[in-house]
Amino acid sequence: MSDQATLEVRNLQTHFFTKAGVVKAVNDVSFSVGKGKILGLVGESGSGKTVTGFSILGLVDEPGRVVGGEILYRGENLVGASQERMRQLRGNNVAMIFQDPMMTLNPVLRIDTQMIEAIKAHHKVTDDEARQRARDALGQVGIPSPDERLKSYPHQFSGGMRQRVAIAIALLNKPDLIVADEPTTALDVTIQGQILYEVQKLCAETGTAMIWITHDLSVVAGLADEVAVMYAGRVVEAGKVDDVLDAPMHPYTAGLIGSVPSRNARGKRLHQIPGMTPSLLNLPEGCAFAARCNYATAACEQPPALENAAGARQIRCHHPLVAEAV
Amino acid sequence: MTVFVIRRLLQAALVMIIMSLLVFGGVFLVGDPVEMLVADDADQAERQAIIKSMGLDLPFYMQYLRFIGNALQGDMGNSFVFQEPAMELILERMPATFELAIAALLIAVVIGIPLGIYAGLKADSWMSKTIMTASILGFSVPTFWVGIMMILFFAVILGWLPSTGRGDTVELFGIPVSFLTLDGLQHLILPAVNLALFKLSMVIRLARAGTREVVHQDYIKFARAKGLSTGRIIGVHLFKNIMIPVVTVLGLEFGGLIAFSVVTETVFAWPGMGKLLIDSIGFLDRPVIVAYLLFVVGLFVFINLVVDVLYSVLDPRVRLQEVKS
Ligand SMILES: Nc1ncnc2c1ncn2[C@@H]1O[C@H](COP(=O)(O)OP(=O)(O)OP(=O)(O)O)[C@@H](O)[C@H]1O
Ligand code: SF4
Ligand SMILES: [Mg+2]
Repeated sequence: MSDQATLEVRNLQTHFFTKAGVVKAVNDVSFSVGKGKILGLVGESGSGKTVTGFSILGLVDEPGRVVGGEILYRGENLVGASQERMRQLRGNNVAMIFQDPMMTLNPVLRIDTQMIEAIKAHHKVTDDEARQRARDALGQVGIPSPDERLKSYPHQFSGGMRQRVAIAIALLNKPDLIVADEPTTALDVTIQGQILYEVQKLCAETGTAMIWITHDLSVVAGLADEVAVMYAGRVVEAGKVDDVLDAPMHPYTAGLIGSVPSRNARGKRLHQIPGMTPSLLNLPEGCAFAARCNYATAACEQPPALENAAGARQIRCHHPLVAEAV
Repeated sequence: MTVFVIRRLLQAALVMIIMSLLVFGGVFLVGDPVEMLVADDADQAERQAIIKSMGLDLPFYMQYLRFIGNALQGDMGNSFVFQEPAMELILERMPATFELAIAALLIAVVIGIPLGIYAGLKADSWMSKTIMTASILGFSVPTFWVGIMMILFFAVILGWLPSTGRGDTVELFGIPVSFLTLDGLQHLILPAVNLALFKLSMVIRLARAGTREVVHQDYIKFARAKGLSTGRIIGVHLFKNIMIPVVTVLGLEFGGLIAFSVVTETVFAWPGMGKLLIDSIGFLDRPVIVAYLLFVVGLFVFINLVVDVLYSVLDPRVRLQEVKS
């Protein structure tokens, strides 16, 4: 990647200072996304994907705080940026689609209000222009009769429709970067396919970079250019989608993909790895995956670092798996 | 919506019938008005004549039916003391009470909502803790005592504000009001604040509880993710959501405000319905007491109805359910 990445996250650490102790929800996460590229951010529940997304937008609330690392948006470090600077970027340059579509829209405001305000927060346009753009955005995500729908309230939409509205809101100001937190989980398969197609097209056409957070490796396989696999707040493996999925080097990634490390697993949900994620309050000294890892040795009591491997791969393991010749 | 309103009206009628029975029955049991009505030196024959003319010799249910029959024609009987229709006496004093209650409500809302939102947003600051402690005081200290202290402090010691009566009034759409004259406004301040204190505490608590709940909702975070200004997030996204419980409770409590004004009106000699009630109880002026109680019940029922309708206007989710039903 010769030109500057749209977003580069370096050694991000976001911790929650709770009464029970410090929850290290994000504990050394690094990745980057280039213009028009899609990065899949994959991991089990609780691995810190959503907190990573919130950190990028500066939306981590008390008792949480970004305690380390850098978030470089086109070279500008957003860690420690002023409130007003973050507000200007949010929704205009960097947009986010939330995980739970039922809760993201304000129940007492009409859809048009919620869309028009998102435009007017950043651009001096008339109400009519803003409404026109809102209508176009609804059309773009495949909502029929957008004119009528603009006048509806959120409860008049199904979950899938609401998520499409949320996606439309994210698209409104043509951001450079969209953080999409499991946006299609609530949608049925056909619509999911349609939205994925639209998103891919959009990124290619407008050069929008996208971070696509998901549990579902099969979605990543079809959609993303690169993938970063998270475990217990850390990126454990990253690289080109095909490379990682065809030949996982980290035992955790291999476990996620299951016994068939190929893209024939399309449509299959994440394979369950026996054992439990360690408590983020009390992470082990060494490799966080050791308790569940078949390859663990005494060396794994030392924390492995994220190291570069051949082919723009990164891997955090003392005993990386050797790609088997297929 | 129409079905909904008709159903509520029928319920309201039922409530009124039950309440009229209770009120009439209660007053019937309490005392014998004859002593009030006949002159001390009246003889037995005069006495009987009055009892007969008032229908007081009839059995309870006959008296009640007579009362209801008259009441339906708008006649609640004449005041024993003033020799005027009881209803007219009440209506005459209604504007004063309403003015007081509305002023108190405004004070409670205009001051209470910002304070409550602030206390909800900055729950740990010392300001918020002060606000909440003050609101507990507002709940627990009796209205009459606060009223007397206010008179003592602002009227007697400082001499800033008058403490009795309505002051100068002017007519607004044919209704006398105090707040449009400087003198009247000065007279209004102490009683209105006194009456507002309890509701103010309640509004603060409601707004704070609502804020604390709403501020953690995903839609607030999403509003922030859109890059909206803090002012718009609080003033529109948060405000509209916390107003649903505030309006509901305040609406329901407006009747309570009028009922509570009995105390404030007595302390500040505010010439409203509440003071009339206390005076009438003193004189055992039965028609006025009954008319007042029924009037206030009717008011409560009416307010409930209005609040239900208003609620459905505020919360689109309720609106939809009614369209379906
Ligand atoms: N406000 C908070 N206070 C304390 N801990 C928190 C808070 N928010 C998140 N966490 C912790 O951070 C960890 C990571 O959460 P996160 O929501 O990022 O997971 P996730 O990968 O998005 O999971 P899922 O797939 O279920 O959405 C969780 O263990 C959670 O307990
Ligand atoms: S470092 Fe050791 S325990 Fe951790 S994943 Fe690699 S082999 Fe397993
Ligand atoms: Mg999540």
